[in-house]
Amino acid sequence: MGLSVDRERCIGAGMCAMTAPAVFDQDPDDGLVVLLDAEPAAADRAAARMAAGVCPSGAIVLRDAPGSGGA
Amino acid sequence: MSESLHTVAAMPTERRPGCPFDPPAELVEARGHGPIVRLTHPGGMPGWLITGYDLVRSVLADPRFSSRKDLLNVVDFEIPPAPPGEFLLMDDPEHSRYRKPLVGKFTVRRMRLLTERIEQVTAECLDAMAAAGSSADLVTAFAKPIPTIVICEILGVPYEDRASFQQQIDAFMGGEVGDEELIAAYTATQEYLARLVAAKRAHPTDDVLSELTDSDLTDEELKGISLILLAAGFDTTANMLALGTYALLRHPEQLAALREDPSLIDGAVEELLRYLSVAKTFMRTALEDVEVGGQLVEAGTTVVLSYNTANRDPERFTDPDVLDVRRPFDGHLAFSHGIHQCLGQQLARIEMRVAFRALLDRFPSLRLDVPAEEVPLRPETADIYGVKSLPVAWDEK
Ligand code: SF4
Repeated sequence: MGLSVDRERCIGAGMCAMTAPAVFDQDPDDGLVVLLDAEPAAADRAAARMAAGVCPSGAIVLRDAPGSGGA
Repeated sequence: MSESLHTVAAMPTERRPGCPFDPPAELVEARGHGPIVRLTHPGGMPGWLITGYDLVRSVLADPRFSSRKDLLNVVDFEIPPAPPGEFLLMDDPEHSRYRKPLVGKFTVRRMRLLTERIEQVTAECLDAMAAAGSSADLVTAFAKPIPTIVICEILGVPYEDRASFQQQIDAFMGGEVGDEELIAAYTATQEYLARLVAAKRAHPTDDVLSELTDSDLTDEELKGISLILLAAGFDTTANMLALGTYALLRHPEQLAALREDPSLIDGAVEELLRYLSVAKTFMRTALEDVEVGGQLVEAGTTVVLSYNTANRDPERFTDPDVLDVRRPFDGHLAFSHGIHQCLGQQLARIEMRVAFRALLDRFPSLRLDVPAEEVPLRPETADIYGVKSLPVAWDEK
């Protein structure tokens, strides 16, 4: 699974930092998303997926890396 | 086809008797006819009502729908645009011009740093409650003061002004006073905030409002922003705390589960947010013709989004009408969605987690002090649903 974020779209609601704190944080100055880990370990993938799902602005893009077996 | 569409004549004004937590019956019935049905607005204009989770969410994320107050097509008179700073009722780019400088001040991290202070405030309220005897109105002793004190501290509203300030905001948000009183309260709040902004500009202190005087925002704009933050900052959380406690007291098995395993609190807060959806509805107006759920919403038409039916949508949640503090969190619309999603949600979450836990710890024998049906509810016409008072009692130790 690969992740990217679009800081232009981000509205800083913090749903990502709340649901997957190992993967996302917020910039202390502007509050916008900071991607800590673009290739999260297996243990954090479910949370990262959830974060992408609950992000209100569609700022988190999730790609299933070929061969990663993620569904 | 569209002729046979279900129509809701007007937004319901009451809940089903005896069922204070469930959405009004007319809305649930409407949802049975599909996620989008026709609705007639108060001014007689045709509109739409959206009750289903997926559709509500997609409209909230759709830039073809506007939040602008002056575009609302619901009454037969012109609605003026939102005053400067009241960005909830604006679209981008205005909206994000106001929101942007605030975002960094309400991050998950910054809100976590406040936990200790919120714990202190909560403990003080509970101490005062305990000292006053074995019964109290939980609204005035607990639900209102905690979020009020916290948001006032964040913004920098002086301690001695809090009580009168809270009363005014109550008057114009509670849905219970006549027009005259409402306008008077609103005007008084505006005047108060104007003085406050001027004071912060002259003598900045260590708070968000003072920090904001450093930006390019005008005093008028800062006044509007403060109003939104204060109103949103306490009315919603206060009602979540009071109505949430009432809901737990009426679901003793859920309350017991939460007492037994305090680690359930985070999930329980999300579940209460979903189950109660105290911010019940929002409106959006179509900027162009948009197809929504197979219906054509014409440009200029206002749609009403029902959060409480969306958050109880059986297509989205298993047994949606059941309050289950163990339900795994996977999204609800209690804080809305899209670019307007609540800025203060992380603060609200921490306040609720801290406050509910401390309350249950402190008063193991907490119970209603009136028959459950007699707890006075806010009218459905209030923007934010809740209880007017919540008489509770406990055994003194
Ligand atoms: S959840 Fe989305 S909008 Fe909110 S901070 Fe994270 S990326 Fe930004």
